[in-house]
Amino acid sequence: MHAVEVNSIVKSYNHKRVVDDISFMVDQGEIFGLIGPNGAGKTTTIRMMMDITKPDLGNVNIFGKSLSEDTKNRIGYLPEERGLYRKLKVIESLVYLASLKGMDSQLAARRADELLARVDMLPHKGKKIEELSRGMGQIIQFLVTVIHEPQLVVLDEPFAGLDPVNAELLRQMIIELRNRGTAIILSTHRMNEVEELCDRVLMIDDGRCVLYGELTEIKSKYRNNSIFLECEGDLGEIEGVIGRRDNKGYVELFLDGETAPEKVLQQLVTRGITIYRFEASTPSLNEIFLQIVGEGL
Amino acid sequence: MNKTLLIMKHEFLHMVKTKGFFILTLAFPVVALLAIGVYQIVQGATREPVEAVNIGYIDEIGGFDDYTNQPGDITFSAYRTQEEATGALLADDINEYIIITSDYVATGKIDRYTLKKELEPAEKTRSAMKSFLLSNLLHGQTSSALAERVKYPMWLNNIRLDTTGDIASDQGGFVAFIVPFLFSVLLLMAIFSSSGTLLQGLGEEKENRVMEILLSSVSARQLLTGKVLGLGATGLAQIVIWLLSATFLLRLVSTTIGGIFSEMQVPGVMIVLGIVYFILGYLLFAVLMTAVGAVGASARHSQQLSMLFIMPAILPFYVLFFFMRDNPDHVVSTVFTMIPITAPMTVFVRFALSEIPVWELALSITLLMIAIVGGLILSAKVFRTFVLMYGKSPGLREIVRSLRQA
Repeated sequence: MHAVEVNSIVKSYNHKRVVDDISFMVDQGEIFGLIGPNGAGKTTTIRMMMDITKPDLGNVNIFGKSLSEDTKNRIGYLPEERGLYRKLKVIESLVYLASLKGMDSQLAARRADELLARVDMLPHKGKKIEELSRGMGQIIQFLVTVIHEPQLVVLDEPFAGLDPVNAELLRQMIIELRNRGTAIILSTHRMNEVEELCDRVLMIDDGRCVLYGELTEIKSKYRNNSIFLECEGDLGEIEGVIGRRDNKGYVELFLDGETAPEKVLQQLVTRGITIYRFEASTPSLNEIFLQIVGEGL
Repeated sequence: MNKTLLIMKHEFLHMVKTKGFFILTLAFPVVALLAIGVYQIVQGATREPVEAVNIGYIDEIGGFDDYTNQPGDITFSAYRTQEEATGALLADDINEYIIITSDYVATGKIDRYTLKKELEPAEKTRSAMKSFLLSNLLHGQTSSALAERVKYPMWLNNIRLDTTGDIASDQGGFVAFIVPFLFSVLLLMAIFSSSGTLLQGLGEEKENRVMEILLSSVSARQLLTGKVLGLGATGLAQIVIWLLSATFLLRLVSTTIGGIFSEMQVPGVMIVLGIVYFILGYLLFAVLMTAVGAVGASARHSQQLSMLFIMPAILPFYVLFFFMRDNPDHVVSTVFTMIPITAPMTVFVRFALSEIPVWELALSITLLMIAIVGGLILSAKVFRTFVLMYGKSPGLREIVRSLRQA
């Protein structure tokens, strides 16, 4: 059973399709990246998953069934541009929102203490949310998302506005969740976060799915067929190489598209060239993103 | 605990902790206490020994010789000529003087001379003059008892009977007017203050996206029901505090001020109906306000929209007095009693001025309850559709369409 199964959902606002036929699945214990530029339809997709808005067409199954109160209790959701009740104390916020997820208040209070201790914020437990720094507030919001030990966690731009120390703390906690078997959906437009954390991704642009699959597969598909080489000795003519670009300290060799990189390596080795680095270039997700989104421009 | 109850508890505590609630709830007893205090001080000040008033008079007819000492320490002193009287006035021997002119019996004309600039003579002086003149005029003409009756021909004692011919428990008059009037003022104040707090709270939840966390935990209907019930509980708490303090204050007032307050018997039916309409009216507004809060783009915009509902609620207050002045059972008052949004105020006004048939009350309460439940269901739909449209509010056509689709 998949943690999330989204089937061909469509949503229109004012006759414009904001989400157009999006389908994907997320399994337990994986971090799934939902990526795309601002305004692509990520947040609308998430809201339909959370049953906050209804899709015009298509359906969503969470843990094998459509969303009910029981399944809502098993989900943790961190919305974008978030905040909390400013006048409420940290501990009250955690306990109230956990109890709305069906957690017993006493248990929630105990678990809140544990989590606050984990992020070194136990001394701030009695403070009002408005007295916290922005970064601290965001960490508390993350704790609100996970306090009831959900089996599915949806994070919308969780790293936005976090300093490097808190970002690292958050990253570690996300990985801990994944290792415990929690399904995690990470929605973001920052590709480096996705590359560091995600196993599979769905890329949305203008409401439509433009990429979907394993990150490594996607990367190899979008390989731009070149090799980075650092070496000593004269290269001369190499079979299958149709061009080269000299960079500082290394050369980029462009292949003809039929020759495999290992053929090139063989040729270099037989010529007795000393090789320090030989790397089939894979584009960063950022480059793929720009390439795909750029096509639409 | 049930999630709706959790939200209700949270909203209740949130509302009760606001400064607005604190001030409003305490304002009523505190202002009343202050009023009693001020009354005591003023009374204390006026209880100083009453200043003796000496009124001179020139009797051009003759025979006005007796009854020169009148209640309130007012004495009348005779002078023969106006010169003498003016001299006494200037010498401060008398405070003022009057001339009982020779044609007084025919015309009733009395000339009054005084040094003081005044709007009109003090009531005390006037009644003393009347009593002095009347007593002297009737002296020897009739018995003193009859003379007394001529002065005060009646002490009106109203007694209202019910349909069985027994003395009715609700005797009408001031008490019957003041209690419903107080209820209506309190309801208005409570609606104004709490709808403001509710709209602000909703605005904050929309702005800081807590709304999304809430909606990912509970359904729109649970959220709305919880909010409305929380608000209802707040209203109940408020009215209970007010009623308790009113009972206490009334006891305090009847021992210190006395007068009409010591005879004030508030009919139990009136209190019960007052509470019922207060709570139902309050709930209806809570439902309407949550819908407005979902549609409004910002707390301020919502507050403007809320006027759409608040205005009709106050309407009976102004319109009914006009219709009911001549005919307390005017058809307009019946119609207003049936329309849920105007019902609470109308019932309070009608209670103050006349009576309401039982069937009208029963129907009105039923309609009000249907409106609350129906409003809640419709509000939940509007709420769900529009609550996450940030920064813009839908047109009327869109709202209607969403209701139809839902």
